[in-house]
Amino acid sequence: MIELYLNVAVNGVLMGLVYALIAVGLTIIFGVMRIVNFAHGELVVAGMYVGYLVWERFGLSPLGGAAVAGPLAFAFGWLLQRFVVAPFVARPQHIQFLLFIAFAFIITGIHLLAFGADPRSIFSPLSFEAVTFGILRIDLVRIQAALGAVLMMALLLLVIRFTSLGRRIRAAADNPLGAQVVGIRIAQVYAATAGIGMACAGVAGALVAPLFSIHPYIAPEFTLLAFVIVIIGGLGSLPGALLGGLLIGTAEALAAVLVSPSLKSMFSYALLILVLLLRPAGLFGMREAARA
Amino acid sequence: MKLTRRSWLHATTATVALAATPLRHLRRARAAAPVKVGVVLPTSGVMAFPAQSCRRGIDLGALWVREQGGPQLEILHMDSESKAEMGRVAAEKLIAAGCSVLIGAFDSGTTISAAQAAEEAKVPLVVNIAAAPQVTEQGLRYVFRNFPKAPQLIVNAVRRIKELVETTGAQPKTAVLLHVNDTFGKAMSKGVSLVWEKLEVPIEIVEKIPYDRAAKDLSVEIARAKATGADLLMPITRVRDAILIVREMVKQDWNPMGIIGPGSPGPYEKAFTDATGKYGDEYMVSAPWYDPTREMTARVLARFAELHPDRRFELNVGFSFEAVQIVADAVARAGSGDPEAITAALRETHITEHIMYGGPIAFDENGQNNNVGGALLQNQNREPVVVGPKEIAQAEPIFPMTPWRER
Repeated sequence: MIELYLNVAVNGVLMGLVYALIAVGLTIIFGVMRIVNFAHGELVVAGMYVGYLVWERFGLSPLGGAAVAGPLAFAFGWLLQRFVVAPFVARPQHIQFLLFIAFAFIITGIHLLAFGADPRSIFSPLSFEAVTFGILRIDLVRIQAALGAVLMMALLLLVIRFTSLGRRIRAAADNPLGAQVVGIRIAQVYAATAGIGMACAGVAGALVAPLFSIHPYIAPEFTLLAFVIVIIGGLGSLPGALLGGLLIGTAEALAAVLVSPSLKSMFSYALLILVLLLRPAGLFGMREAARA
Repeated sequence: MKLTRRSWLHATTATVALAATPLRHLRRARAAAPVKVGVVLPTSGVMAFPAQSCRRGIDLGALWVREQGGPQLEILHMDSESKAEMGRVAAEKLIAAGCSVLIGAFDSGTTISAAQAAEEAKVPLVVNIAAAPQVTEQGLRYVFRNFPKAPQLIVNAVRRIKELVETTGAQPKTAVLLHVNDTFGKAMSKGVSLVWEKLEVPIEIVEKIPYDRAAKDLSVEIARAKATGADLLMPITRVRDAILIVREMVKQDWNPMGIIGPGSPGPYEKAFTDATGKYGDEYMVSAPWYDPTREMTARVLARFAELHPDRRFELNVGFSFEAVQIVADAVARAGSGDPEAITAALRETHITEHIMYGGPIAFDENGQNNNVGGALLQNQNREPVVVGPKEIAQAEPIFPMTPWRER
């Protein structure tokens, strides 16, 4: 049984890292622009399809798929923000919700038109390979996905901390008006932020593509998952998203083995309620609480 | 005008002539008008993939009826969106659109929902696919099912498993049941327990593991199943989950004696064999299937291959095809598009020439066809072949299965 619990826990942590990447994308968009991307799950699925196509055409591994999905998703996010979403940033939140829900339906429709409803699966030798460390047996795809997620998050951290773009993003997140006053072109910052956020979703999708059956209707689960993690971690908090992802990934995995696999989602939501009761701003959401 | 005897005679003659002629034309027109057949299927949502197979079967059935000179049918499709509650909504919309008979609805929850609407409207529903016993055990008079109930699926499966063991000599001692946690999966799981005990199967079911219908990942479930050390894995799944199951079994290097689905969909579908390749081979499933030895089957398969060269003819197609055949047969005998007349004709159905393995299509007092047989299928070289019963077998079964690393 130790072997079972340990394997499950490790798998949970690895998946949690990918979940964290999905949530980071959502939280960075909210943290800077105060916009909730209800189409986030659809972008993850778009990344999955990119990963699938890259494998089908070129036989590349998930990391190769992620390398293609990332820039594509960034470009999409940048263009979307610049030419469609920009006028909505200052509008009431319910209008923003509707806009992104509409995007979600449109993207799902595009997936249906392009790929149909049939589930697609990546069948590569890697999809069936695992490595053994003593009693631990971890599948290679999960390791790759987790490594890819960690790399992406590390890259994001470097950009945010050590580049001028990162400084401008932080300035815009702290004080949009002040940022504009000092000459920061807020529209460009928002576009870059949207690109980064959606790139996170796209990369995460490509990384998990070999693990799941890909079909358009899987998107809402990723959106909901991202929301749960972001709320647990704290809206706008990158460390919060990372911790939230790890918590959810591990909690689900252990709940499935300790209680019942069909009830594992219940524990994620129970954790959400617990956090909301004890720390309404989320585990790392102090800045939001202070502002309120 | 002055009323005379002559004018009175003329008027009477004209009235009788006018009364008779339009009725005759109307009767001819009504008989000639196609009978509207409403089809409820989950062509979007998580069950879209097998439902689209059903739709291909429906369309093939309609084409076949037309080519064979059968009654004119107009097929109207309505999507139930893979949501049980939408079964009723879809059925009501089709009935409002003038459908005299319905076909549907693939999954048991949606079928039960649609059946209630059909019953209220007194419009017959021919069930193509749905295994939950409740469909024909609630006293509904307008529901006719040409698909085995879950217990019958299990009885057929157990018979096939016993035959398999006797044929190959391998004797599994324990089994673990992994089932989807919806109406179908729960009904099947309960059925397995009952029949297992009744037939005194010498294989102990050591654990039952339910999983969420929309689960993206079954690694934990497979880890739990592996931890039981069972000789057999008996998954009750759909195609998407069957793919995840095999993938996880390979990654976790779990090599039971065999994987035998006791009447669950998935492994015989093209999406499964395409996604799993060599690892999908030797997966067995007991399922109602077409009889490969019948001449009509060969003709229907050939026609399907002409229309859909890249698709596989499997049970979703087959039972949906038969549903149209049943409706056409009833409409022809009813001689009209009146739902009550069609219902009465359905009750008297007796079709001997059909494609799915089993006896004649005939419905008992509950609207259930109890003559549907069960075959044992095994994927060999990425194609499902019948390996039991012997009378219709296309190949010998491979059991115990080859370990993953040796493939």
